[in-house]
Amino acid sequence: MTQMPELDPARDVVRRAIALNEENALAPLKSWKSSHPGQLAIGHMPIYVPRPLLEAMDCLPVAVFGGGEKEIVRGDSYFQSYICHVPRSTIELGLCGALGDLDGMIFPAICDVIRNLSGMWQILFPHVYTAYLDLPQNFRPEVGGRFYRRELERISRELAGRGATPCSFDSLRRAIRDENERRAALERLSVCRQREPWRVPASEAYLLTRAGSALPAAEHRKLVDDYLGAVARRAGFARDNVRVVLVGAFCEQPPLALIRSLERAGCDIVEDDFQLGFTYLAGAIDEDTADPLDALVRAFLEKGAATASRYIGEEEKGAALVRRVRHAGADGVIFAAASFCDPALLDQPMLEAALERAGVPYTSFKFAENTGQFQVIREQAGAFSDAVRLWEAAP
Amino acid sequence: MTLNATIQKSAPASTPVPKDASQKRQKKMIADHFDRLATANEEGRKVVYTFVPGNLTELISAFGMLPVLPEINALQSGMRGKSGGYISEAERAGHSEDVCSYVKCDLGMLKSGNIGPTGKPLPKPDLLLLSYTGCFTFMKWFEILQQEYRCPVVMLHVPYQAEGRITDEMRDYVVQQLVSEVIPAMERATGRKLDEAALQEKMNLSSRAEDALVRVWESARHRPSPIDGYFGGVYYIGPIFSAFRGSPDAVLYYEELAAEVEDRISRGEGPMTPDGPMGPERYRLIVEGPPNWTNFNEFWRMFSRERAVVVASTYTRVGGLYDLGFRHSATDPLRSLADYCLGCYTNRSLPSRVDLLEKYIRDYSADGFLINSVKSCNSFSAGQLLMLRELEKRTGVPGGFIESDLVDPRYFGRANVENRLQSYLQMLESRRNSRAAS
Repeated sequence: MTQMPELDPARDVVRRAIALNEENALAPLKSWKSSHPGQLAIGHMPIYVPRPLLEAMDCLPVAVFGGGEKEIVRGDSYFQSYICHVPRSTIELGLCGALGDLDGMIFPAICDVIRNLSGMWQILFPHVYTAYLDLPQNFRPEVGGRFYRRELERISRELAGRGATPCSFDSLRRAIRDENERRAALERLSVCRQREPWRVPASEAYLLTRAGSALPAAEHRKLVDDYLGAVARRAGFARDNVRVVLVGAFCEQPPLALIRSLERAGCDIVEDDFQLGFTYLAGAIDEDTADPLDALVRAFLEKGAATASRYIGEEEKGAALVRRVRHAGADGVIFAAASFCDPALLDQPMLEAALERAGVPYTSFKFAENTGQFQVIREQAGAFSDAVRLWEAAP
Repeated sequence: MTLNATIQKSAPASTPVPKDASQKRQKKMIADHFDRLATANEEGRKVVYTFVPGNLTELISAFGMLPVLPEINALQSGMRGKSGGYISEAERAGHSEDVCSYVKCDLGMLKSGNIGPTGKPLPKPDLLLLSYTGCFTFMKWFEILQQEYRCPVVMLHVPYQAEGRITDEMRDYVVQQLVSEVIPAMERATGRKLDEAALQEKMNLSSRAEDALVRVWESARHRPSPIDGYFGGVYYIGPIFSAFRGSPDAVLYYEELAAEVEDRISRGEGPMTPDGPMGPERYRLIVEGPPNWTNFNEFWRMFSRERAVVVASTYTRVGGLYDLGFRHSATDPLRSLADYCLGCYTNRSLPSRVDLLEKYIRDYSADGFLINSVKSCNSFSAGQLLMLRELEKRTGVPGGFIESDLVDPRYFGRANVENRLQSYLQMLESRRNSRAAS
């Protein structure tokens, strides 16, 4: 931003977003619990959980992305050094009571570590509702769709057994409408960022998106719209930065300072997969249907993002990434995977090959959510940014 | 070279270890299988690449196809001292040092000509059967292979037993996939329809072999145990986890093996080791986790020289938990195959894995349990430290923890592993002595 902070029309809404990001974006949870006595707050791990189902049951869905830069006191003793960081910090949050306001945790299928973490949760927190959501890898409605629907019905039934309001089609339609409006707001945020990245830096888009972790969809939508209204009044100008797509951080989240370091190194991150669950569906969930649960199922089957944990059959690996690069008008790709993240790191060579075939430059590094030193990454990103500019300038 | 040949190679030359009839039979079975693979293209036989957990061997062979199991190729490369080079090859091609060494070993082998253990190239797959059972990496592995081979791939998504039980919804989902995805893909690959009678016959043969295998596992309840259920056990599972389940050869092998083991019981003999018969049994252990393959015999000797016998292990159950009662059944073959896939060890929740280990500790009167945590396999490894605490709490039996890898030789720290194991065994000894004194 070129302005002094006090002159920034988005100052207040960014401050609100920062406040909502306190305590690993769990800050709103306590006040929601006290203002909604008897209602359930249900945590969920990345990537994707159908939050409207929870909201339709008057539950607060709470996205848990690990402990970030929180000091790990006990969590490390549960994992070997070659396991990624997010499960150890999530265990840490659980053991230190930071997740004490959650009545349950849902672990969606993403990788073996998060899968096994669901079992650890059963052992360590036996009184907390724990569910593993087995997202189907078969996308035929009559096969994978049928299984997925039964999974959602099971979770709905179990939550009702724990005191949640039973799910009705009317309440589910309302929740889907709220979710669609939130998704549309995040889409507007994305469009604005791609068109004028100086107006919506990736680091702010990150804060605005993650601020919704423990907010109902309607409140999150309002926050994003407030921000968009404010940044429309921002003065500024385009910089001679390279436009990049960042991929690989769909589960464990990088420190905000790392994103800022990339920006300072001359990279406008115009597209990313941070907190992918909020934007996992490419398009709205059908609202005009007699069976909204079926709409939720079909949305997953038909509109799910081509991410590392989703099977794409015999489709060309990396084709979706190349399309994203083209759509975002990006100059290159930064692979930023969490250390020891199997899905991202096993995917990466296939994605790199696709980028090479398409002539898209890329660079890569690994991070952990508690990475504290960014100088090397900043220099690497700066060199990449320079190289891309030179590449573009070459005859 | 077969597994048996590998072990023989490492034994001291002056004391050749006599082979049992079952060992000779297994060696011939495996050699014949690789010969069939080597000539598959000329003879017009179709080849399916698939994985050990959740393998559909009866279905594959009912279509007359031959299976290739990349995990087995990788572990054999590890035992033959080739995996380090293969892994380096894959890492040079951009694969991360953080990820599964089986995958990298297989890719390196592919890039190096895909030479099988008989020294002949393995045939390319006509079909990749992605049995997504108990391991996320399987999916990425076959996505990578699909990019290499550009052949058809069919996914069988096996739901995870998160609550420690198989539900009707899970079973229906797997059966539906078999009907709507897997069998049609096999029909397209082979140009023929499923022979249901042949499938039923193979299911019956599987069940007989499984009965005999359970006799072998349960023989370890005796003192002394006539088998080592981990290091020896990986040889016993070779046929049933790979190409031979559902074959008459497998029935002959397992019935012969069970009879040999029962003979050993009648003679009061302990297990064979790389150096011949083990001396009097001193420690009875349960082991969780796969073995290290690059230093397999060395690893085994660290136990056998201390006269520590592994009476049961979980790695030998990744291809089926027959000792909990499951048998392939001809009555409803697809439902039975679904239950088989769903029941594999790494497809079971962490609490039910703890339950199983607790059962083994008690049923096999173990002095201790040991976790070999391998870097490559998050499916096994994530959560093992909590399993260790839980088991100690529940049983009062002390646990040990060592770390290595499947086939990456860089992660086998000989001195470290041996120190940890010896310290652990000394602790068991000390505990035994103090109990005797009190």
